Amino acid sequence: MEHDHIVTSFDEDLGRLDSVIAEMGGLAERQLADAVKALCRRDVELAQKVIDTDKRIDDLEEEIDNFTIRVLALRQPMADDLRAVVVALKMASNLERIGDYAKNIAKRTLTLSSMDPVGNATSTIQRMAHQVQSMIQNVLDAYGAHDIAKADDVRIRDEEVDLMHTSLFRELLTYMLEDPRDITACTHLLFVAKNIERIGDHVTSIAENVHFLVSGEMPTDERPKSDLSSETVVAEG
Amino acid sequence: MELAIHTEVSEHAHQDMYSHSFSHKVTAQGVDVFYGEKQALKNVNLDIPSNMVTALIGPSGCGKSTFLRCLNRMNDVVDGCRVQGHIKLDGQDIYARGVDVVHLRARVGMVFQKPNPFPKSIYDNIAYGPRIHGLAKNRTDLDEIVLTSLDKAGLLAEVRDRLEAPGTGLSGGQQQRLCIARAIAVEPEVILMDEPCSALDPIATAKIEELIDELKQNYTIIMVTHSMQQAARVSQKTAFFHLGELVEEGDTTDIFTKPVDERTQAYVTGRIG
Repeated sequence: MEHDHIVTSFDEDLGRLDSVIAEMGGLAERQLADAVKALCRRDVELAQKVIDTDKRIDDLEEEIDNFTIRVLALRQPMADDLRAVVVALKMASNLERIGDYAKNIAKRTLTLSSMDPVGNATSTIQRMAHQVQSMIQNVLDAYGAHDIAKADDVRIRDEEVDLMHTSLFRELLTYMLEDPRDITACTHLLFVAKNIERIGDHVTSIAENVHFLVSGEMPTDERPKSDLSSETVVAEG
Repeated sequence: MELAIHTEVSEHAHQDMYSHSFSHKVTAQGVDVFYGEKQALKNVNLDIPSNMVTALIGPSGCGKSTFLRCLNRMNDVVDGCRVQGHIKLDGQDIYARGVDVVHLRARVGMVFQKPNPFPKSIYDNIAYGPRIHGLAKNRTDLDEIVLTSLDKAGLLAEVRDRLEAPGTGLSGGQQQRLCIARAIAVEPEVILMDEPCSALDPIATAKIEELIDELKQNYTIIMVTHSMQQAARVSQKTAFFHLGELVEEGDTTDIFTKPVDERTQAYVTGRIG
């Protein structure tokens, strides 16, 4: 965005919004990476660090909330400025939720670390998390560069996350049927998988908001959806 | 144990589309205006929809007030002013030969920036127009017109018991509503407003804005304003002028959330003025 308002302090406000969002986004991405790393390595210390760091994301969200309300009241932004402020507010909420999901993965890691590992479910979870991390990176780049094509690409890629989630769901069901002693660990892993899938949804929502930020329109086409876990059943025969 | 895992999915696509349809009360085609050598408006084409509020915005000197004054031929009285092109009211060219300008200005009323009541009583301020246009057969008719006009302008309750008091004794906001009542009294179809709230405090402004919103049911309103928030609050359609050109016009919501032209974008966000 070209920053050359007649009132220069307005430019400073918008610049500050951008930089807080960038900080929050970087933090959310690292929280997810650390949470999944802690899960795979059964690293209780790292998991605890993720849990503690979540407070920082919450604080940043509050900062964005207060700041956007101030900008709306005092500057009464219009057109692309209005979109920038509203999108920052919505993105902050998405990023805060992403942080919460990462924290929840870390909490479950504390529990799972005292149980026997189950199959190779964590490697599928790791692949899923990598995909979502790269989507977070790309959507933050798209936001910074006002790159609508990149944002749209992220939106489409959520389908792969959904597919992985569905397949992981089936995998974990199979483990549970094979050995009921794994049910507790598998249930926690199901929630971990669901958390990552939800993070993907929040990234998609950010991508749609970046599209709106740049063009003034929300994407209208239906994006492909492949999370079929809610229709998945086990038929015994 | 044999396992089979089934998945099913159903997808719904939905579309929510809506469209507007309305008629145009005033149309401007290829309008150029010159003050002597200086060209103040360049090839303006604009359709004004009926029963809506159209806001004209733009920096000082952009031509928005000039355009407004073309719509009831107020520019005729400006020395050296030339208007070219076509401006039609209900399809009739208002600059055609034989058009009665007095009659035109009764159909297209005007409210100015500064409230300008006549130095007469509240009653006579309203009664003046209907008298000279012969709209009242007798005193009862005239009383009716005065009261109805004051009521439509949201002023009746405040002045009912002092109709013979001078109009100039009212507060600024009341004076402006008196001027609106005066414009309404001659049964216009279109009301032009040139920054009607710029001399008023926020409460008086809110009352005028509320009034404008009610008046649009019966009249077509065209308003010049320097307050973008006001344009956003009261108008349904907005036209942005810059350096004598009509740069962009469209639904007010679109102009203030996603303008197409860079100049509109720069103006509404406070980057040029």
